[in-house]
Amino acid sequence: MTFPPTSGGSGRATAGRAATDVATPAVERLPGAAPTSSAAGLPLPIRKRRASQFDGGRGYVSEQEWRSRGVSTTMKTLHLILLVLLVVVGVGPMLLLAKFAVTPTQDIIRSPLAVFPHGMRWQNISEAWNDVQISRYFLNTIWLAAGSWFVQVLVATTGGYVLSVLRPAWGRIVNGLVIATLFVPSVVLLVPLYLTILNPPVVGTSLINSFFAVWLPSGASAFNVVLVTRFFDSLPREVFEAAKVDGASSYRLFWSVVLPMSKPILGVVSVFATIASWKDFLWPMLVLKDPSKQPLSVRLPAIASQTDLGVFLASLAISTLIPVVFFLIFQRLFLSGAGLGGAVKG
Amino acid sequence: MSATGAGRRRSPVTWAKRGGLSSVVFALPVLVVFGVFSWWPIVRSVVMSFQKTNLVGSPRWVGWHNFVFVLTDPDLPTAIRNTLYFALLALVIGYPVPLVTAVLISSVRRYKGLYSVLAYLPVVVPPVVAVLLWKFFYDGSAQGVFNTILRWVGLGPYSWLSSPSLAMPSLVIEATWAAAGGTVIIYLAALIGVPDELYDAAEVDGAGIWQRVWHVTMPQLRGVLLITFILQIIGTVQVFLEPYLFTDGGPANATLTILLMIYNYAFARSLGGNYGAATALSVMLAAFLAVLSLVYFKLTSRWSKS
Repeated sequence: MTFPPTSGGSGRATAGRAATDVATPAVERLPGAAPTSSAAGLPLPIRKRRASQFDGGRGYVSEQEWRSRGVSTTMKTLHLILLVLLVVVGVGPMLLLAKFAVTPTQDIIRSPLAVFPHGMRWQNISEAWNDVQISRYFLNTIWLAAGSWFVQVLVATTGGYVLSVLRPAWGRIVNGLVIATLFVPSVVLLVPLYLTILNPPVVGTSLINSFFAVWLPSGASAFNVVLVTRFFDSLPREVFEAAKVDGASSYRLFWSVVLPMSKPILGVVSVFATIASWKDFLWPMLVLKDPSKQPLSVRLPAIASQTDLGVFLASLAISTLIPVVFFLIFQRLFLSGAGLGGAVKG
Repeated sequence: MSATGAGRRRSPVTWAKRGGLSSVVFALPVLVVFGVFSWWPIVRSVVMSFQKTNLVGSPRWVGWHNFVFVLTDPDLPTAIRNTLYFALLALVIGYPVPLVTAVLISSVRRYKGLYSVLAYLPVVVPPVVAVLLWKFFYDGSAQGVFNTILRWVGLGPYSWLSSPSLAMPSLVIEATWAAAGGTVIIYLAALIGVPDELYDAAEVDGAGIWQRVWHVTMPQLRGVLLITFILQIIGTVQVFLEPYLFTDGGPANATLTILLMIYNYAFARSLGGNYGAATALSVMLAAFLAVLSLVYFKLTSRWSKS
């Protein structure tokens, strides 16, 4: 999946500058604003897909040097070593996990690195799925991710619409308050948020063991709101004005004009939301005490000691599969987002 | 937009007709969600740090008592030392790795996408799964995965997580493995922004490849490097998952960190329920991090503006 090259005009910020500035994430850089095109000074064919979004420029090794045998051999050797290291160190643990998932427990314990000395054991996977009830926790994880996704997209798009397009007089205060939360470490929220869930306003009953306890707080992501607001800021105002002249109400403008133009940023927010939810551990552990409600991340440490090692490692493998496959399918979206995502994690 | 400029003394009816009402409707999700789950808890955190709160009766004001309690806790110096040790080790081990990786990847000409995907892959593994898997790798017996590999080169066996001196480095190595890919991608994104002309000019001046990396690439990355440096410190000072799942603070408090203390004050099974102490410590931590970032940005503002 690639970003359609919309709103390219604002993409003059160089990637380096943009990644530097945490408060103004480089959304402009996202929607196909290829620094290559400006660097080369040539109009790139629009449909041309770059091999990787990190291609571009000449880099510190020049064309001429690449033709020299000495430099070329040295660089290629370095690259090969790097590739081997990335495969062994980065992917190796996951490959081992995949192997353990279908290895008899005795073999895993006695000779973890031998390649199937006594054959495979596919039952590990079915036992994990059925007997350990990974299927149930899997479903919980998906439900939590789906709900968190919905709340986050709802809050971020409506909030961004108010702050960027409608701009009421009090919008600035809201904007300031939202951005201020970026600077508060999440640990500060832990205890008071827990007490809020125990005794929420209006609802009158504890939200412990309710998925809402995870869904609703996930929406309070200042990062999402800032990201979407910046994106809306970059959309052409003339379109909004034209829609208003044609008599579109602000609901209509939101639903039929702004949202359809925001697919790239919705993709980024969606990826962040689902992945963050899939990874979350501490918060769901605190508020979902009923094991039948818990997601994989909470359940896996709890079952570790009473589960057969082979079956347990198969459970770990199953839990890893979805995010990895998701990543391989949407890698461009992930990697484009990672530049900003990593920068605001603190 | 015309609604904002029209001045303040309008009747509610014209305000609603001009779209003021729809602004409020659209702002409701943000106001409610942030209000209940972010702004109010932040304020309440500060309030609670001066109170004694329990789940039955109403909270009682206790002044600075919670802060005194935390600051005189004999475990606090250990936790601070461990947390700083974790942050320091994470810098020594984890800071150069993504930089070197990204600079090398940036010069790859074919399959650059493959390299970046491989580098990022560990980040996608759910952190809990990564910790539990590595916990198995760190098995201290001679048949443990890492001990088996090290035996091939004549080392070990090591007891990893159950050794007070090796436990923390073991945590840091796993944490680096899990997080480095994200930083690699940040650097890669920054590297494509380095202007070609700078390299051309350096080459004309006779700079070799290594000199170009050192005198062109590195200075161009300075802004990003400064940010990732402080963000990494802010992140590692708040480490929780690794010490909690790997060792639960042990052996002999060797991996007890500040966040683990906060968690234990509030939620640990045996003690727990000391919400005042937990919020007091988290407020102090937040204040420390805020001061640290302020000082850092003050000190580095001169360098980052080239």
